[in-house]
Amino acid sequence: MGWKKVTSTIPGGDYYLSGDEAVAEAAIAARVGYFAGYPITPSTEIMERISIRFREVGAAFTQIEDEIASVCSCIGASWAGAKAMTVTSGPGFSLMQEGIGYAVMTEVPVVIVNAQRAGPGTGQSTRVASGDIMQAKWGSHGGNEIIALSPWSVQELYDQTINAFNLAERYRVPVLLMAEEATAHLRERVHIGGEVELFEREKKAGAAPFGTEENNGVPPMPAFGEGEKLLVTGATHNEYGIRKADDPLVQEKLVARLHNKISNNREEIIQYENYYVEDAVVVVVCYGFTARSSLFAVERMRQEGEKVGMLRLKTLWPFADRVMRDVGSKVKKIFVPEMNMGQIVGEVMKYVSCDVIPYNQMNGEIIHPDTIMEQLRRLL
Amino acid sequence: MARDLEQYLRPEVGVTFFCPGCGEAILMGLILRAIDDLGLSMDDMLFVSGIGCASLIPSSHFNADTIHTLHGRAIAFATGAKMVNPKLKVMVISGDGDLADIGGNHLIHAARRNTDIAVICANNMNYGMTGGQVSSTTPFGAFTTTTAQGNPYHPFDLCRLVKAAGAVHVARYSVTQPFAVINSIKKVLQAQGFSFIEILTPCPTQFGRRNQFDAPADMLKLLMDKCIMKEDAEGLSSEELSDKIITGEFTNGGD
Repeated sequence: MGWKKVTSTIPGGDYYLSGDEAVAEAAIAARVGYFAGYPITPSTEIMERISIRFREVGAAFTQIEDEIASVCSCIGASWAGAKAMTVTSGPGFSLMQEGIGYAVMTEVPVVIVNAQRAGPGTGQSTRVASGDIMQAKWGSHGGNEIIALSPWSVQELYDQTINAFNLAERYRVPVLLMAEEATAHLRERVHIGGEVELFEREKKAGAAPFGTEENNGVPPMPAFGEGEKLLVTGATHNEYGIRKADDPLVQEKLVARLHNKISNNREEIIQYENYYVEDAVVVVVCYGFTARSSLFAVERMRQEGEKVGMLRLKTLWPFADRVMRDVGSKVKKIFVPEMNMGQIVGEVMKYVSCDVIPYNQMNGEIIHPDTIMEQLRRLL
Repeated sequence: MARDLEQYLRPEVGVTFFCPGCGEAILMGLILRAIDDLGLSMDDMLFVSGIGCASLIPSSHFNADTIHTLHGRAIAFATGAKMVNPKLKVMVISGDGDLADIGGNHLIHAARRNTDIAVICANNMNYGMTGGQVSSTTPFGAFTTTTAQGNPYHPFDLCRLVKAAGAVHVARYSVTQPFAVINSIKKVLQAQGFSFIEILTPCPTQFGRRNQFDAPADMLKLLMDKCIMKEDAEGLSSEELSDKIITGEFTNGGD
């Protein structure tokens, strides 16, 4: 229980992998015990690789009838004691929303990879977008405090998949890895270390599984079959799982803890990277693949002597409020390019008082560095 | 004898949630009697339920690992738990609306995959918890809050559906056939593979009162009258059987 170091499941070294393959290998390295999935472009290759590799590592794999069953069977598997994972893309992510809310309410570690494609609807199944950012946070009814990560490279798909499992186990929460088609299908070098650091869920016999006085707000999590006589329900429940669907005090206490266990630990959860922010006049706030184009653009313009910088959000939810306030208080303008019609830009506006300028491109193609440079020149 | 079963209930359970005359409390007792007869330990069992009245048979009541899941998805949750821990004896207990309407796809696919779980479907022929709406098992012509002119559709024959999907063990009984129900549950608890038992159960509060069954006993009498064992049905003409519900086992060579 807690943190431990284990040896990597494949020999440490440099590999040439696609993003989807890197996610599959990272899940195995994180000692995933159960995977369920349904084919959908552009995440299918993760499931294909897992179906082969799981036989070698002895984990349970099922291609199941739909994405609803994917997420629900993962929750069942997680309660039975295994690390569980499913992968999907837009339409499948929509189908999973009710299950994600159930996982939040019953505090179940589960990792969900969404290789985002251009929507709405069926949209462009083989084309890139990052249109599901707000859905990750608000897609399930009732309001969820959740963790969502945004990788920008194949290396980070590997690293953040492992991080996603660790965060899920640590905070007993579903973690959403918001990949994008462009990185899922990208092939590049990945360095895999000889050791992996993993967090194993805390267990404490007889302890209340849905309540704790500990500061971090995360109760220990027993599994089915351990004699704990677990009572799990998605209805409002007290610390022992007893249904209290009419009790305002129990509901208030439960919802507050579900919120606070993420919100109060956000400094520990949130990751970001600053580039040339110190003396910048204009800063690009970006995430995912768009950050690759943005960094290229920012570095090119720095060579030209322009005072531009970049803040890359590695964690989308909980939102990086502190650094956003910091950056917002130092710079004149913030530029937010996104492969959607404007999602995280609204979040940025909540925390800064300087000018915030969105740039939205939703044509199924990555935002080109030239486009970002052109926009930045207008702002300087 | 009744108090012998208290050992299987959570100590904090007081009264049950079920309406007067509901058959689901009878079914709850029959499931526990089957477990008691077999001498199974509740620590080896996992009860999974969906949403609806029947879902509350195990959840809160049974002193075992129980998970009260999403509407229609109990079988999916059970599949994940069973795959990770095959030692668990997994029983899904839910209603007709949960398992056959919203959850119908999971039901047929788990049967096809022959997932090693036992599914008990408490069929009260309507949506009881939400106030008595039509379900996929409501008889043709029956009145519900959403079929004021009578149900225009014919119901599923759940046993035929699940058998066609590949279930190993399929049976139908009524709570008015308690010993057959106990024996059938004992059988599936000892079986390997996907098993399905449909249990007809009266819902006087929501279904009965809209269909001229003025008292709970009237619905029990109706079930006693209509349900006929498969063996007794053999040799009867289709005319004689037109008003009957055939109960019994529908696999292992029979139909």
